[in-house]
Parts: sequence; structure tokens; C-alpha cells
Amino acid sequence: MGKLFAVVVTVITVVSTAIFITHTWWLPVDISAHGHAIDHQLSETMLSSGVLFVLSQLALAVFAWRYGDRKDGRQVKTFPGGATPMVVLAAILVGAEILTLTFVGSKVWAGIYQTPPDPNSLNIDVQAEQFAFYFRYAGADGKFGAVHPELINEANENFFGLDPAHDTTARDDIVVPSLVIPVNRPILLTLRAKDVNHAFYVPELRIQQDFVPGLVIPLHFTATQTGKHEIVCTQLCGLGHYNMRAYVEVLPQAQFDQWLKEKAAQQ
Amino acid sequence: MTQPATVAGAHRHAPPQGFLRTHVFSLDHKVIGKQYLDLALVAVCTGIVLSWLMRVHLAWPTTPIPGLEKLSPNGAAGGVITPEYYLSLMTMHGTIMVFFVLTTAPFAGFGNFFLPIQVGAEDMAFPRINMTSFWVTLVAFLVLISAFFIGDGPPLSGWTAYAPLSAVGKDAGPGQGLGQTLWAISILLFCVAQLLGSLNFITTTLDLRTRGMSLARMPYSTWAWFITSVIGLIAFAVLMPACVLLLLDQRAGTSFFIPAGLVISDRLQPHAGGSPLLWQHLFWFFGHPEVYIAILPGFGIVSHILPVFARKPLLGPRVLIGCLIAIAFLSYTVWGHHMFLSGMNPFSATLFSVPTLVITIPATIVTLLWIGTIYGAKLRFTTPALFCLGFVSVFVSGGISGFFLAQPSIDVYLHATYFVVAHFHFVMAVAAMFGIFAGTYFWAPKMFGRMMNETLGKWHFWLTFIGVYCVFMPMHYLGLAGNVRRYSAFTDDYLKPLIPLHRFITIAALFTGAAQLIFLFNLIRTRVRGPKAPDNPWEATSLEWSTASPPPFDNFGGRPPTVQHGPNEYGTKGTARDYIMQASPGPAGAA
Repeated sequence: MGKLFAVVVTVITVVSTAIFITHTWWLPVDISAHGHAIDHQLSETMLSSGVLFVLSQLALAVFAWRYGDRKDGRQVKTFPGGATPMVVLAAILVGAEILTLTFVGSKVWAGIYQTPPDPNSLNIDVQAEQFAFYFRYAGADGKFGAVHPELINEANENFFGLDPAHDTTARDDIVVPSLVIPVNRPILLTLRAKDVNHAFYVPELRIQQDFVPGLVIPLHFTATQTGKHEIVCTQLCGLGHYNMRAYVEVLPQAQFDQWLKEKAAQQ
Repeated sequence: MTQPATVAGAHRHAPPQGFLRTHVFSLDHKVIGKQYLDLALVAVCTGIVLSWLMRVHLAWPTTPIPGLEKLSPNGAAGGVITPEYYLSLMTMHGTIMVFFVLTTAPFAGFGNFFLPIQVGAEDMAFPRINMTSFWVTLVAFLVLISAFFIGDGPPLSGWTAYAPLSAVGKDAGPGQGLGQTLWAISILLFCVAQLLGSLNFITTTLDLRTRGMSLARMPYSTWAWFITSVIGLIAFAVLMPACVLLLLDQRAGTSFFIPAGLVISDRLQPHAGGSPLLWQHLFWFFGHPEVYIAILPGFGIVSHILPVFARKPLLGPRVLIGCLIAIAFLSYTVWGHHMFLSGMNPFSATLFSVPTLVITIPATIVTLLWIGTIYGAKLRFTTPALFCLGFVSVFVSGGISGFFLAQPSIDVYLHATYFVVAHFHFVMAVAAMFGIFAGTYFWAPKMFGRMMNETLGKWHFWLTFIGVYCVFMPMHYLGLAGNVRRYSAFTDDYLKPLIPLHRFITIAALFTGAAQLIFLFNLIRTRVRGPKAPDNPWEATSLEWSTASPPPFDNFGGRPPTVQHGPNEYGTKGTARDYIMQASPGPAGAA
């Protein structure tokens, strides 16, 4: 029975590890300026914790194989050196791993979430609601109109609650259901929630952030490749949560300028 | 090290008269322990059926499920689950499993039955409070289940019930009115029961130990239940008022968790001044320790059982206790790792990340102690032993993925994906279930006076062990591919290629769930007509094996044992047997 256990554990370990190593299912292409650091941190963690995983499972398998009770009258043996050396070694090894991961990982995290946005960022306001995203560009004046929740009206397509009648800065705001951004230009999103919690997640951009009602949350990144990808909501927001998505389209700067001009003309 | 004579006499209550007082409203901790386990059994069956429905829907979203329309004409018209009903099933699955299975069975169930016996007491310190705890838990369960039978159905906000979705009432969606209120009342009641239960466990451990049962001689399972009760006392004391505030927001117009200016269902909500993050902090201040409430009894059960079947002492018993205490302390410093991306100050993510990673040190050490215990052992591969070995394997698999999620820089990508689902199912659900199975096979002779069938037990083990790996290991791959959790269908373009993997998981889940019928059959057959169990069938040392199977009403037949040895006396040399029971007379060697 011990041998069977050893074989099953070994097979499980080898098959699961092989699928990780061969990247049979893996992260999609990274199109962000910061994403390589995340991918690197993930690979480092995969390597160090993968070694721990394989060694622990194989030790369990080997011991189960070897130390079955064969009724041969042998005496049990204690672990060489007892618990202390093993505990000290484990604490040092895992401690060193944690220290390294924290040191490197904190810099990666801080590089995304704790650094100020580039002053030349393109600012885009994002409103999340059950079950859609809306994106707002400042228009020709470069200023966003103030938001008035009481004026939000889906039927009139006033998704942000703007007051163009009294607020001149709101008149040229461009509101669209898709995020269109220029490539290689820093983007600063300002996240607002109309109703409940939502989240902004683009796997290819390696970025994720909750929308929280009552909070205005900044999020900045730079896309390095053109293309079109899905933005999905990852914070349970109600019955249509699974279907709450939009697209992010990364365009060359000239094409983006053209697009923005066309949208401004339609306002 | 010896303790004064037990004060159990002070708590003695007369044997009950009549069926109701003996089997239903019983003050006997053994009956109450079995009642908790039976409740958990009903709950786990419900939870598995819910997961089956979800998995079938995820794999084949448009295929009708026969009979489902009868249960929910609105949620599953024509047998096809609607998106909102999927979320309701998910919410109920999570809530039932976390509270009424993973907390109820290993902690309240086994703890109630065996903690008093293992310390040599004749009952819990407060038998009436103990009985109250169970009945309040039962009412909490019934209140929760009743949400299935109301008009709008159960809530859909997940077991975490994030506000404002959970706080604004029916405007937020179906089930968010009365269903969410029932959820909050249920959890509130559950908290009350757990607080009473924790007090009882702590008092019993500290005050009712028999003569000679020093803290150092307590079995590791007792240590784990004791430490778990301390965690529970603090954790449930926070969740309880949080539920009260949530109820007030829902029903009394307060705004603890709801800020101003929310427009839901085209209606400007009449609230102002609240904070959605406050709910998250309160919930996770409970929620993360809750993970340890679910798993620490499993640690105790495995540490208690493994030496019995290894026929050698547990490696580093004092290190084990130290690690359990360290985990308990650290469990209160890590809750923010659930909130890295919640909008709280990003600097705090780094602060919460460090203790989250540090807690892996005691967890790793405990795992190594178990593996080191097997080294040089004379392993007897009984069903409980196999489930202990399986526990170690799945706990390692689940623990490893914690390294990823503990780091904010990786959580940016993996947060809210199936990687998280794989992680917590392995580490707190599957591992805890293996602990429950190990405990059931091991203690069934003592609880029911009958042995469980070993052949059926082994079939159950192998199918479950392989099955859970087929279900949960692929979820890591889904997570890496960016597959978001809590989706009722994968309509996004980038998710469609992952549907075949979901189908594999669903088939594995159906088989693994069906394999539990072997356990159910074995358990019921054992209780009805299994072979009679001897007093100490496994040749174990702790006090529960010094008394009859099943134990008499006062546990030790009016003669409280005197403890002379620790619980770890296995592989002893120069004695007729290779173990010394805790209550054996005289110095070591006189077994």
C-alpha cells in the first residue's frame, strides 16, 4: 500500500510539474512596460516554490515506500539529528526565500502602485457600473467636467452625471464604452464606481485594480504593443458580473489622435 | 507538572432520562459532538450537490439539469441555471462549506466529542451552554437554507458578502433583499454559537484536566482545538458585530458600509458616509483566522493520528505546539492580503505581505515534522493513516501556491482568478476534509463502538485522493491563463479556449463527489451493524482509548484516570507492547 501511495504521489507530482514547466497553460503575451517584472517575479517564485513542492512530495513518497511495517521486528528510527537541525535549516531556507521574494517583489509592486504617474500621462476617467465600463476623455479644454451622481441617467446616456448646461468643462468631455489608448504613452486612469464594487483587469496589461464606491482610485500603466484586448470585471458585482467587459484598443499615436478627433466631432 | 485533582465533579450532571433528553436535547458532550458531525454531514452533502450544479453549468451552460426547475422555477427555468442563480449557488456553497462543514466538523464536532475525554474530564465545563451552541448552530443552518425557498432566492454576493452589494437591499439584484438578510442573520447566529463553544473549549482545557494531565501531556489534537478556540474567540467576536452593522444597513437605513452618491437600479441611494472597505477589513479580520480555524484541528488530528500508525513518536512535539501558537498569532496580522487591490493604501500591501510570507515558516516546519515522523517508521497503512498521508500531500500542494498570492506583485495578475480557487480549496478545504476523514475512520470505533470497513475506506481514499488532484490542480493552470473566478459562463473571447479544461474539471468533480457515496454508505452501515470495536483497536496512547468503546455516560465509569505519561510514547523498547498509554501506571516501561 505504501508503494502504491508513493507511485501515485510521484505521478501526480511529475505530471503537474511538467504542465507548469512546459507552459501548456500560461500567461498571455505581456503588452505593458511593467509586466516583465511581474512575469520575472512569478517565474522566480515558480522555481523556488516548485523545488519545495517537488522535494516535499518526493520525500513523502520515498518514506511511504520505504517505511511500511513489514512485521520484521525492526526498531523504528528517529530522524537524523532530531527535529532541531531540520527546523533551523527549514527556517533559514524558507526565511531566505521570503526575504528575497519580499525584497525584489516590493520593488516591483512599488514600481506600479507606489510611484507617482508620469506628468505627461494621458488622463482618462473610468466609470464602472452594473454591468459596463465607460471611459471619459477630457476633450479640447483638457479638463474634466465635475461629476454629479444625482444627474446620472442611463436613458440620456449621461453615465458620469455631467452637467453640461452649467459646467462648461463638461461640454467637450468625450464618453465612450471602449478604452482606446496610444501605444508607449503613460496612461493614468481614474477609477470611479457608480453602484457597487467592480474591478479593472486586463491580463495582457498585467494590471488589476478594484473600483470602490466612494473612492476615486488612480491607476497608471504604459502599453507597449498595439492590439485589442478584453477588460474584464473581477470583483463580484451582481448577476451580470460574468458579462461585464469592455475592450482596450492600443493604437499608434497618430491613429489615436485621429480617433479622438473623430469622437470629439461626434459629441 | 502534575495538576490538582480534576474539578470535573463540580460539573457533574445526572444521566438523562428519556429519549429526548438522551438523544436530542442532550447535555452530553459526546451526543452534542455527534450532532455537530451529523449536521456537518448534511451540510457537506448539500455543498457538494451545489458544486456539482455549478460545475455542470460551467462546462455545459445551456444543457438543462433534470429536476432543477422544480427546486427553483425562477433560477433554473427549463433546468438551465441563470447567471444570478449560479451566483446564489456559489454563495450558498461557500457559506455552507466554510461555516457549517469546515468549522463545524473538525472543531465543534470532533472537539466536542474528544477534547473532554482526552483531558480526562467527564464533560465540557458548561454542558448547558454546550447544548445551546449546537442548537443555535442548527438554527443558523436552517435560516441559511431557508433562503432557497423564498421568492427571490438566496443572496448572490458570495460568502464574503462585500458591501455595498450586500448592504443596499434588493436594488442590488435578486436575492440581495430577504436572501441577504437571512444570510446575515444566519452568520450572526453562527458567531454566537462559536463564541459560546470557544469559551467552553478554553475553560474545559484549562480547568477540567484530570490528575497528571499537564499541558505538556495534552494530546496534540487537544492542543489544536484549544488554540483554535482562542482564535475563534477573537475572530467571531469581530464578525458578529460586523453582521449586526450589515443588518442595520440593510434594514434600518444606516450607512456603515455605504458611501454617498450611489446610483443602483436607477435610484440614488439614500445613504451617506459609509465605507465599503470597512466591511472588507472587518470581514477579513475574521476571514483569514477562519482559514486557520478550519485547518488547525486538521493539524491536530494528523499530529495525533500519524504517530499511532507510524509506531513512533511525533518528531518535535514542542516545536509543533510552538508552531501552532505562532500560526495563531500571525493569523491576526495577515488579513490585508485579501485586499491588496481593494483600493486601500498600496503601502499597506507590503506590510501585509511580510507576515503572510512569514506564516509559511511555521507551516513548513509542521509539514516537515510530519514527513520526518514517517522517516524510519513502521507505517501501518490503515485508512486513517492514508488520509493523514494524503493530508500532508494536499496541504503541501495548497501551501505552495500561497507563496504566489502572498506577494502583491504577483497578486496583481493572479488575484480573483482560478489560481486563488485552487489555492484555498487545496489548503483549507481539501486538506481539512482529509483531516475530517482521517478523524472519522480513526475515531469511529470510539464514537459508535463499531469499526468502519477498511476495504471501502481504502477505495474511498484512492478515488478521493486522485480525484481532488484532477479537480483542483488544473485550476492553477486556469488561473495562470487569467481565468477569472465567480463567472457563471465564459463568454469572453480569451476564456473560450479554456472551456475544455473546465469540462475535464467538471467530470473529475462529478466522479470525486460520487466517490463520497462510498464513505456515506460505509459510515451509515458502520453505525447500524459494523463489527464491534475493541477499546483500543489502533494501539494508541491517549485517554479516549483507555475507556470503553463507546465511552460510558461519564466517560470513565466514575473513575477519572490519572495520567502518568505523555501522548507520544510510541516505539518504546523493553516493554511487552511498543507503546505506553497515558493512563498506564508507573514510570515509563511499565506498560
